[in-house]
Amino acid sequence: MKKLIVSASPHARSNETVTGIMLDVIIALVPSLICSVVIFGFRSLLITAVCVACCVLFEYLARKIMKRDNTIGDLSAVVTGMLLAFNMPVSIPLWMCVVGCFFAIVVVKQFFGGIGKNFVNPAIGGRIVMLVSFSSAMTSWTEPMSWLNGVDAVSTATPLAVLKDFAGEVSSDLPSLWHMFLGLRGGSLGEVSTVAILIGGLYLIVKRVIKPIIPLCFVGTVAVIMLIAGKGDFTYMAYQLLSGGLMLGAFFMATDYATSPITNWGKVVFGVGCGLVTCVIRLFANLPEGVSYAIILMNILVPHIETLTRPKPFGTVKEKKTKEEKAV
Amino acid sequence: MSSVITDGILKAVKQVRGGVAVDHHKLTKNMDVVRITPPDKVVLPMQQHIGAPCTPTVKVGDHVDVGQVIGDSDKFVSAPIHASVSGKVTAVSEVKVASGKLVPAVTIENDGEMTLFEGIKPPKVETKEDLLRAIRNSGLVGLGGAGFPSHVKFNIPDGKNVDTLIINAAECEPYITVDYRECMENSWNIYGGVYALVELLGFKNVIIAVEDNKPDAIAELKKIADMDNNHGDIVKVMTLKSKYPQGAEKMMVRSATGRKVPPGKLPADVGCVVANVASVAFIYRHLRTGRPLISRSLTVSGSAIANPMNVRVPVGIEASKVIEFCGGFKEEPAKIIAGGPMMGTALIDTQVPILKSNNALLAFTEAEARPKKERVCIHCGRCADACPMSLIPTDIEKHALRKDADALIKAGIGVCMECGSCAFSCPASKPLVQYMRLAKEVVREAGAK
Repeated sequence: MKKLIVSASPHARSNETVTGIMLDVIIALVPSLICSVVIFGFRSLLITAVCVACCVLFEYLARKIMKRDNTIGDLSAVVTGMLLAFNMPVSIPLWMCVVGCFFAIVVVKQFFGGIGKNFVNPAIGGRIVMLVSFSSAMTSWTEPMSWLNGVDAVSTATPLAVLKDFAGEVSSDLPSLWHMFLGLRGGSLGEVSTVAILIGGLYLIVKRVIKPIIPLCFVGTVAVIMLIAGKGDFTYMAYQLLSGGLMLGAFFMATDYATSPITNWGKVVFGVGCGLVTCVIRLFANLPEGVSYAIILMNILVPHIETLTRPKPFGTVKEKKTKEEKAV
Repeated sequence: MSSVITDGILKAVKQVRGGVAVDHHKLTKNMDVVRITPPDKVVLPMQQHIGAPCTPTVKVGDHVDVGQVIGDSDKFVSAPIHASVSGKVTAVSEVKVASGKLVPAVTIENDGEMTLFEGIKPPKVETKEDLLRAIRNSGLVGLGGAGFPSHVKFNIPDGKNVDTLIINAAECEPYITVDYRECMENSWNIYGGVYALVELLGFKNVIIAVEDNKPDAIAELKKIADMDNNHGDIVKVMTLKSKYPQGAEKMMVRSATGRKVPPGKLPADVGCVVANVASVAFIYRHLRTGRPLISRSLTVSGSAIANPMNVRVPVGIEASKVIEFCGGFKEEPAKIIAGGPMMGTALIDTQVPILKSNNALLAFTEAEARPKKERVCIHCGRCADACPMSLIPTDIEKHALRKDADALIKAGIGVCMECGSCAFSCPASKPLVQYMRLAKEVVREAGAK
C-alpha cells in the first residue's frame, strides 16, 4: 500500500475557493460594465480592459520582483482593475489609468503583503491618488449618450455639485430621478447606473459572497441624514442616494473583505460610519463627493472596530456582582 | 421549555449558531448491521476512554474468557476493559493506536470457542448506586466518539438539579450510520435503557433528538414512545435541523432546551445530561444479560471501500481485518480515517485496533483526500460565521503564532471543541483546526511555567 495521507481534521472541505469568490464579484460587476458601455460608449470598455490588464501585470511583476508566489490566479487583481476603472470618467487619458493601477496594486496592495493584507481598499487608494494628482481630468464629466452623436459633450456639473446649492427646492437642472436610477447622468463609468449596481449587489448577497449589513447601514445612514438635511424632502434624499459613488461604494468597495470588519456588529458600525462621513463631506466640506474618503477613513479604523465588537464565546455569562461586592 | 409540538414530535427550541452544511453521504443508511467473523487475535489497549488508563490484570500465558476483566483502574474517571474473545494472552506490550500514540495493551489469541466468562450474569439493580456500579462494571464509555466513561456522566453530584436527559441520535458527521441503525433495529433497547435511567436517576424530561434527515428513525422512535403508558409521557422525540455540529454536546443542550452551557462547565450545570443513543441501548442490554462492552457497531464507508457497510465488531479487532471483511479496497486508498470526516483521525496504517469509541472507518481515494494548498487569509469571515462557539478563528491563529497565551484565553480558545466548521468553510483552505490545537498547546505551556 502507498503511504497514506495524514492530516489534521476536518477531512472534508467546502467547495468555495478564493478564485471562485473573486469570479462571483467579477460576474456581479458585469451589469455595471454593460451599462457604462451603453451610456458612455466603447471607450469605457477600453478603460476597463486597460485597468484590468495593468493591475494583473503589476501584480505579476510585483510578486516576481519580491520573489513571492504568483497570485494573479486568484483574480483579485482583476476585481481591483474593474473597480478602479469604474471610478474614472470616460474621458480619462489612458496613461493616468496606468498610474492609478500602479498605486492601487503595488503601493496599496503588494507593499503591505498582497491579498488580504492591504489596510485600505486598493481601488479606492488608487482613485484618491488620481483624484488628487489629476483633479481636472478626474472630474470632467461627459454627457450621457452623447457618444452616439459623435461629440463628447462635456456637461457643466454633476448632480452632486448641483445639490450642493440646495436651498429648499431641488433644482430643475437635474436629470429626472428615473434617469438617475438608470444611470443617464454625468459621472464615473460604473457608478452612474444604480439599477446595474443593485443587480450585481443582489447577486453577491444571494450567492452569500457578501452580507447585506454594510450596504444597508451605509445607504440607510445617508438616507436618514439627507432626509433631515433636506428638511424632510424625499426628492432631495433620493437624489442624494442616486448621486455620486454611493451605491458602487456601498455594495462593492465598502464590502471588500480585507478592509471591512468580520463581526456582524462591526459591519454595522463600519456601515454607519461610512454613511456619516459621506454626509459630513457632502454637506459641509468643499468637495462635492465623499464616498471614497469615507470608506478609506473607515478602512483604517477596522482593526479597532473589530476589537470592540468581538462576540463573546458561546455560553459566556456576564459577571454579575454579588450583593456583598456591590455593598463594598 | 417552550418547544412547538407537531404530531407529538418536538421541534428544536433554538437553532445552532453558525455551523456548516455538510454533504451527508449516508451510503450505508439502509444496511443492517452485520456481525463480523471473530478474528484470530484482538489487541486491547488499556486506554480506550477519557481519564485514567487501566492496568492489565492478566499476564502472558493466562487463559481468558469472553467478558472477563483484563484491565482496570482504581481511579474514578476510568472504565474497565474486558476480553472480547476467549483464548490465551500472548502479549502485554505497547501498541500503536489510531491517534499514533503508544499505549500498553493486552493481546489475546482467539481459541475459536468464544466461551463466555462464568461470572457474567445480569446485575442486580435496585438503587441509583447499583445502576452506576453496573454501568461502570460494564466498561461503557460514550459510543458517539468521545469515549467519556458513562458512569461518571450519570453520576450527578448532590446539589445539582438535573431534570433533563437528552438522548443524542443526531449523528451529524457525514457517512456514519451506526446510531441510525441502532434506532431502526434496536429501538426497544433504547427505550429500555431510557426507562432504567429515568426510574433510578429521576429525570423529569427525556428528549430523544434526531436530525431531520432521518425521518424513518424519527417515526420508529415516535411509535415506541407512543406505546408507553407507564412513565407519564415524559419521553419525547425531537427533530433537529440537519446542520453540523448539531450533535456536539453543548449544541445539543442548546437546541433541545435553549440552555447555554457556560465555558468550562458541563451540561449537568444547566440541568442536562446528554447520552449517545447507542450507549443507552447498550445499558439496557447490559442490565438484561450482564455482558460488558466487548463489541460495537462501526460504519465502514468512503470512496475507496469495495462494499460499504455497517458491521458489529469485537473491540480490539485490527482495522485492516474490518476493511477486509467489507471487500477490501476497490481503489488505492490515499487516506483512511478512524471516525467521521469532520473530527476523525487520519491513520498512518491499518494495523491499529478498533477501540470502544470508534464509530467509523472511512477510506478515501486520492482525488478526495489530497489536501488543498493553503493560501493566505482574505479576511472573509466565513470561519467566524461558521464557528458554533462564536470564536474568531483567524484571530486565534494570529495569537497562537505569536505564542500569546493571554490573548488566546481572552479570545475564548477554551471553548473550542475542534469541530472543524471553521476549516471546512475556509476558501483559502487554511488548516484552522491545527492552529486551534496549536493555540491550546500554547496556553497549556504557558500554564505549566
